[in-house]
Amino acid sequence: MPGQELLAPPRNSANVATTIAPGPARPSTLARPRIRRDSVLSALIVLPSVVAVGVFVYGFIGWTAYVALSGWNSFVPDLSFVGLRNFAELFQSPRFQIDLRNTVIFTVAFLAGCLGIGLLLAVLLDQRVRGEALFRNIYLFPMSISFIVSGTVWQWLLNPSTGVNLLLEAAGLGRLRSPWFTDPKIAIYSVVIAAVWQLSGFTMAMYLAGLRGIAEELREAARVDGASDWQMYRHIILPLLNPITLSAVIVLGHISLKIFDLVFAMTGSGPAFSTDVPGIFMFETTFRGNRFAEGAAIAIIMLLMVAVVVIPYLVWSTRAEAAE
Amino acid sequence: MRSGRRAVRVLMYVLLVVLALGYLLPVYVLVNNGLKSFREVSLSRMWEPPARLSPDSFAKAYRRLAPNFRNSLLLVIPATIGAAALGSVNGYVLAKWKFAGADVVFPLLLFGMFIPYQSVLIPLVQFLQWLGRALDVRLYGSIAGLVLVHIVYGIPITTLIFRNYYASVPTEVVEAARIDGAGLAGTYRYVILPLSMPAFVVVVIWQVTQVWNEFLFAVTITGNPARQPVQVALQNLAGSQIVEWNVQMAGALLTALPPLLVYIFLGRFFLRGLLAGALKG
Repeated sequence: MPGQELLAPPRNSANVATTIAPGPARPSTLARPRIRRDSVLSALIVLPSVVAVGVFVYGFIGWTAYVALSGWNSFVPDLSFVGLRNFAELFQSPRFQIDLRNTVIFTVAFLAGCLGIGLLLAVLLDQRVRGEALFRNIYLFPMSISFIVSGTVWQWLLNPSTGVNLLLEAAGLGRLRSPWFTDPKIAIYSVVIAAVWQLSGFTMAMYLAGLRGIAEELREAARVDGASDWQMYRHIILPLLNPITLSAVIVLGHISLKIFDLVFAMTGSGPAFSTDVPGIFMFETTFRGNRFAEGAAIAIIMLLMVAVVVIPYLVWSTRAEAAE
Repeated sequence: MRSGRRAVRVLMYVLLVVLALGYLLPVYVLVNNGLKSFREVSLSRMWEPPARLSPDSFAKAYRRLAPNFRNSLLLVIPATIGAAALGSVNGYVLAKWKFAGADVVFPLLLFGMFIPYQSVLIPLVQFLQWLGRALDVRLYGSIAGLVLVHIVYGIPITTLIFRNYYASVPTEVVEAARIDGAGLAGTYRYVILPLSMPAFVVVVIWQVTQVWNEFLFAVTITGNPARQPVQVALQNLAGSQIVEWNVQMAGALLTALPPLLVYIFLGRFFLRGLLAGALKG
């Protein structure tokens, strides 16, 4: 889950500007060549990282794009240019159409679940609850566990012959028993449940931090004006949490667009590709089917989907920082 | 009125407890069934506690996963040290020594942490294989190769965390060191580094859990089961038809344990760093 740190844009970039401006307080004549040497040194220090990321991120993406436009769809490398043929074939492939639909359903349900439950938990914990730290840790610990582990557990919890179904029966709610991921119509929602379990606590933590950042005077003022708790949340607090919702949508959204491990461990492609996602299709067609150009084309589409979400956010937060 | 408020509070606690139990369900299933003997384990009695505690499943899972645990340790330690060290010096330079072009470099670096790794996977495999063929640097299929991969793809996030942290170090401190005659390296060594502990804690926790939990690079780059990190081994264990499912549960718990312990003991620091900006945001 990379990206959360973006929530913390440095607030004093103005200070950085003063650092580069040659200040008057440098009387020593010795200091001048040292400063020139240091500016060369500073570039040299970041150079290896810039080159490594340049090659491993941008160079490799470029190469993947090139492979996606080639005819390399067998074990023998064939880099002859075929234009957009791989993309055209993908969009006509029933499996890829299902994948795109699954991605949309998964993303919407996952976001709704995480934001809804996350906000609910945060508001509950914001009511001066006893044992708050314990509750917080319980809601949050799934975030530290790998998708492979949670896929392994949830595969058994949502196995129709055991797990949650047994609990429902014991609670007298036998009618709510479900075939879960064995039913193509609802299989994708089983994966959503596991994903929400894992990341709703994180969403809660973001909202809770936001709530804690709202000045107490604001709440006091609302109470003095006779607002009910509900009115206060609806008209004062929730609107103030909008920036947090945006950050959460970016972070969670880009996770769901590239989801792979959780589905791979829990259900795989599922019955009739009902839990198949582009990440799984890419992995299988490339490394099991040796259809490298097709795999590269899927990867490029995944990248474009993530870029559409992330790049405006990066531009926006860079500008916001520069404006300060 | 007062009794109404009381009822609301009681309802609130009921909701909190029920939700907490829900979040803990998977853990209960892991522990409960991991502790059952092979004879006792049964799908239809998943929720019943074991009649007699048996360490068999954990012992068996541990025997299966032990070599892979070792691999994961050999992967996580250097990958964390490498990415944290690079992130720290990069973050320092980007925050306090802005060189020409830093404004362009930084966002380009950041984008690297959002990309779906599928979009670099084919060239990455080709590149590592080529290193072996052409230069006899055998990184493909090895833990060393994975270390390199995790250091490189860890650079964007570690650089970001350190840069944001160093940006909050007052510029006067750096200026003062410079007036005293310290250069770029000296300022880092004597002023910045001693202040860096909180950022290192956040970065180390982040990188350790990320690298320990990572699956896609691990499964593509290490083919030989003896060289695979623990997530891949767990996936093989859980996907196997012949391994009893209580052993799978025990294996999943063992695999989850290291990041869980890190989280339980150090999570406070992690979250504090993670959410520092949201408060101001």
